[in-house]
Amino acid sequence: MIETKDIVKTFGENEVLKGISAEFKPGKNNLIIGGSGSGKTTLLKCIVGLHEPTKGDVFFDGENFTNMHFRERVPIRKEIGMLFQNSALFDSMSVEENIMFPLNLFTDMSKSEKQDRANFCLKRVNLEGKGKLHPSELSGGMKKRVGIARAISMQPKYLFVDEPNSGLDPLTSILIDHLISDLTQEYNTTTVVVTHDMNSVMGIGDHIIFLHDGQKWWEGSNKEITHTDNQQLNEFVFASPFMKAAREKL
Amino acid sequence: MFHSLGRYLLLLRLSFRKPEKFSVYWAEVMREMVSEGIGSLGIIVIISLFIGAVATIQTAFQLVSDFIPKTVVGGITRDSTILEFSPTICALVLAGRIGSSIASQIGTMRVTEQIDALEIMGVNAPGFLIAPKIISGITMIPVLVVVSVILGLSGGYLACAASKEVSTADYLSGLTDGFNPLIVTVCAVKSIVFGFLINSICAYQGFYTAGGALEVGQAATRGVVYSCIMILFADLVISRVLL
Repeated sequence: MIETKDIVKTFGENEVLKGISAEFKPGKNNLIIGGSGSGKTTLLKCIVGLHEPTKGDVFFDGENFTNMHFRERVPIRKEIGMLFQNSALFDSMSVEENIMFPLNLFTDMSKSEKQDRANFCLKRVNLEGKGKLHPSELSGGMKKRVGIARAISMQPKYLFVDEPNSGLDPLTSILIDHLISDLTQEYNTTTVVVTHDMNSVMGIGDHIIFLHDGQKWWEGSNKEITHTDNQQLNEFVFASPFMKAAREKL
Repeated sequence: MFHSLGRYLLLLRLSFRKPEKFSVYWAEVMREMVSEGIGSLGIIVIISLFIGAVATIQTAFQLVSDFIPKTVVGGITRDSTILEFSPTICALVLAGRIGSSIASQIGTMRVTEQIDALEIMGVNAPGFLIAPKIISGITMIPVLVVVSVILGLSGGYLACAASKEVSTADYLSGLTDGFNPLIVTVCAVKSIVFGFLINSICAYQGFYTAGGALEVGQAATRGVVYSCIMILFADLVISRVLL
């Protein structure tokens, strides 16, 4: 389980996060949603340690991650898999080298074991036989899937996903959402997804945190979201006429 | 300025932390050596031959008279090539070739979140990205300078062979007359220092890039400009201290 306690993050005079406390449970798709500039990605970066919170703490299974030094964080980091918004694949490496990269650094697996693991991960994301390609030869959706394959190569306990659907067509978006959801169930990972895609929210949102103006405004599940009377959340979720019509039918 | 200097020194300290796995870092060092060494060989060959030839022709033009032995041309070409032309001009050219590549490569990795991906995995990103480049720089640039010295002196020989003013025998005799081994030491020190400066300054500029493509380009430009200035400054300090 991941827990954040009263996270505050400021950049100069600008207070982006204003004391966010939340719990992210294993085996569930924990979604952080909110409008642009609400602090979603900043919160995610504070949790994984890419930003240091100005105030507050992050706990991974009870261990205070915020207070740890770089070396102390390494064992927890080895249990983290992350898919970035732009996939962040290493351009100089092939697809399978990308997937094997953490295995090369942190395991004593033989070359054939690493190759088998890379093939398994590629098969898991439906990209069998694409291992020799380079990131520049892949489509946006394929890059996302390779990013997921790299993220799961070390069998992570915690999976973080930043805007998995950005720049993807609706069909590929649903495919990626289902993949994330399946992996969460399969490996019982604590999955945290930052998104503003309403299809993801309604499709896989087991536990949703809505951020507005750097504060936690609402918390619940995708089943509860349609019946909320929270004005800010309603304005965000049902911004489009299509969603409004869908809500009325419900 | 002091903020940047402090951040640069801290980045260097992070770069030389104990690696997670030596073999992976070693492979990176080898890859960088090939890229910096073999990749820069062509330009070094071309500029060195021309610099040596031009240095010989211009020295001959200024010094050939009945009162000065013709062997002086070889001696002056040798000293100026070893002391200044090969290490400094090669370093300035390599700052453009290698430096811009390092700054833009690391800068692009920064803006496309590849460095974040390394950090998330628990990899010491400065160590993985910068240390191999610095090690490669301080080993391969001296090798390139040695190649440059040999080719520069060969260029001078070819220039003598092509003109009638100084015979090749006089030139070769001048190369060996009054040779002071100190100039080789100065040349070696310069090339190691320049290799370090090019790689570390450009890597620093790339590592702290923020923004997008425009900022990556600006980081590459800054890296090359600052490297060139620091090369010239270090050149002066080394010459003053060692000669």
